Amino acid sequence: MMNTVTLRNLKNSLITVSMVCATVAVLVPLGLIFFHIMKMGASSINLDFFIHIPKPTGETGGGMANGMVGSALLIALASTIGIPVGVFGALYLVEFGGSRASNAIRFAADVLAGVPSIITGMVAYTLLVVPMKGFSALAGAVALALIMVPIVLRTTEEQLKMVPGSLREASLALGVPLWRTCLKVTLRSATKGVMTGILLSIARVAGETAPLLFTALGNQFWSHKLTEPIAAMPLQIFNFAIAPYEDWHRLAWAGALVLVTVMFALSLTARYLGRSKQQS
Amino acid sequence: MSNHTGDLTISQPPGCTENTVTNETPPAPIASTKGLNADLVFKGVTAAFAFSILVILALMALEMVKESLPTIKAFGWEFINSSDWNPVQDTFGALPYIWGSVVSSILALALATPLSVGTALFITEIAPRKFGGVVASLVELLAAIPSVIYGLWGVLVMAPWLQQTVQPFLIEHFGFLPFFQGAPYGVSMLAAVFILMIMVIPIITSITKEVLLAVPQSQREAAIALGATRWEMIRMAVLPYGRSGILGAVILGLGRAIGETMAVTMVIGNTPQISLSLLSPAYTMPSVIANEFAETTSKLHASALMEIGLILLAVTLVINVMARLLLWGMTRQAAGGAK
Repeated sequence: MMNTVTLRNLKNSLITVSMVCATVAVLVPLGLIFFHIMKMGASSINLDFFIHIPKPTGETGGGMANGMVGSALLIALASTIGIPVGVFGALYLVEFGGSRASNAIRFAADVLAGVPSIITGMVAYTLLVVPMKGFSALAGAVALALIMVPIVLRTTEEQLKMVPGSLREASLALGVPLWRTCLKVTLRSATKGVMTGILLSIARVAGETAPLLFTALGNQFWSHKLTEPIAAMPLQIFNFAIAPYEDWHRLAWAGALVLVTVMFALSLTARYLGRSKQQS
Repeated sequence: MSNHTGDLTISQPPGCTENTVTNETPPAPIASTKGLNADLVFKGVTAAFAFSILVILALMALEMVKESLPTIKAFGWEFINSSDWNPVQDTFGALPYIWGSVVSSILALALATPLSVGTALFITEIAPRKFGGVVASLVELLAAIPSVIYGLWGVLVMAPWLQQTVQPFLIEHFGFLPFFQGAPYGVSMLAAVFILMIMVIPIITSITKEVLLAVPQSQREAAIALGATRWEMIRMAVLPYGRSGILGAVILGLGRAIGETMAVTMVIGNTPQISLSLLSPAYTMPSVIANEFAETTSKLHASALMEIGLILLAVTLVINVMARLLLWGMTRQAAGGAK
């Protein structure tokens, strides 16, 4: 009898140890990736990185200034397209939608969120690049917007659902029209949560590369028109990482450091907003 | 007035607001007609945005099917059964890519699942709550890293390490197995499996964690009260309860792994061949699209890549629906259990 108890305890300890090992095994690559981004990025980054465009093959130096501006532009454009669709779509789901229509839309959003991002790029290619006869910043932004929409929609919906019905009723009882109630009361009181969703969606698309491959395409130089190919940081990191030049690898690491820093700043802000919302 | 109190008892916001509007219009002459019109416009605008998602999805599927029709007509089933991919002669068979996608994803999941479930169990069942929370946020950080950065790390750090350390070791000690034959290239199926494993772990871990947290505390207490050790409690009470949810998490991970493009493209070596050896380079469906789609040589070439995309879309669709159903079943179970 004693023997079985010891055996059971032994088994318990063994499994506990193996779970600790699994956790360590999960965290080690994380640590290594951070370590390398920090080490290689910090040693490669300098002022030139922020103010210069990439040098031609064979010359050392240069930076990713055009990629940073391009990425910012793409994200701004994608947000202009994607955020209204997500936020207003969520308002419809919460305020007007019948259960069947709402479920269909929710399901479609979930499916859209699961579509591999490269497919989004292909679709943007056939719908925009082919008719417009050329790769363009606009097509890239649309591809990114398609990725943002389901994220914004679902998070906004969750937040709007949490707004108490009494708040809406109070507003309506005061004679405020429904549309104003939706915008000024319902949406307003969920602002923090909605911002969280928007920031998370921006963090997500900021690093997306696959949908830009055949839409924004990338550009070695500055570009000013939305109908022209535009540089983007993730694309530059990709191209520089697979190129056989030591100096380009250096730029890729510096780019990775900048990108990861921006994304973590976004996620942390989102998380902070989300948390203070829960506490209040 | 009676209508109004009736509304208050309904806690469902959608029904409530609609009722209020219809009841409100007659007795409120100030904002009546103008407000109603504006409301209708507002409803129309939000509806347009909401339904645009359905339109986008339908358009996506339609475009993919339409664009891949030429190869479907030209090759039929031979497309997924042949490994002859030759853009110059316009013959296309996608088998090596399908093989590469399936093998890399399944192996990555086989490695990631025990690690993820172990970590999720560590977070929820073993670690002190605060420490568990720290581990959980660290794992979520892993999910926030863009795939191109995984690729960068994979091709510049992990692949050389595999080439110099791991692969020679495997060849020396397990070289008699068909899985570890050939020269150590670094970029290989093995590298893709490892990078995919690292990438799907955070997804499976965080969903499994949520599922485990949904297991009612009473289940655990009952097992402990019967004299179970912690592992017995996990095995008899926690895991059976969360089984379908964990399966859903793993399937969502599979969806992510199959669709993953950049990181895999950077480390897999991009060679369309079917080899049992994990050390040889391979190719996946998203990778061939990423590498060739921007510079297709012919209409048929573009169509062939589209058909690969269509297969990918169909597979991820099925996977996602399955995962949602499983996870939905889990949350319903949890809601039922809480009563």
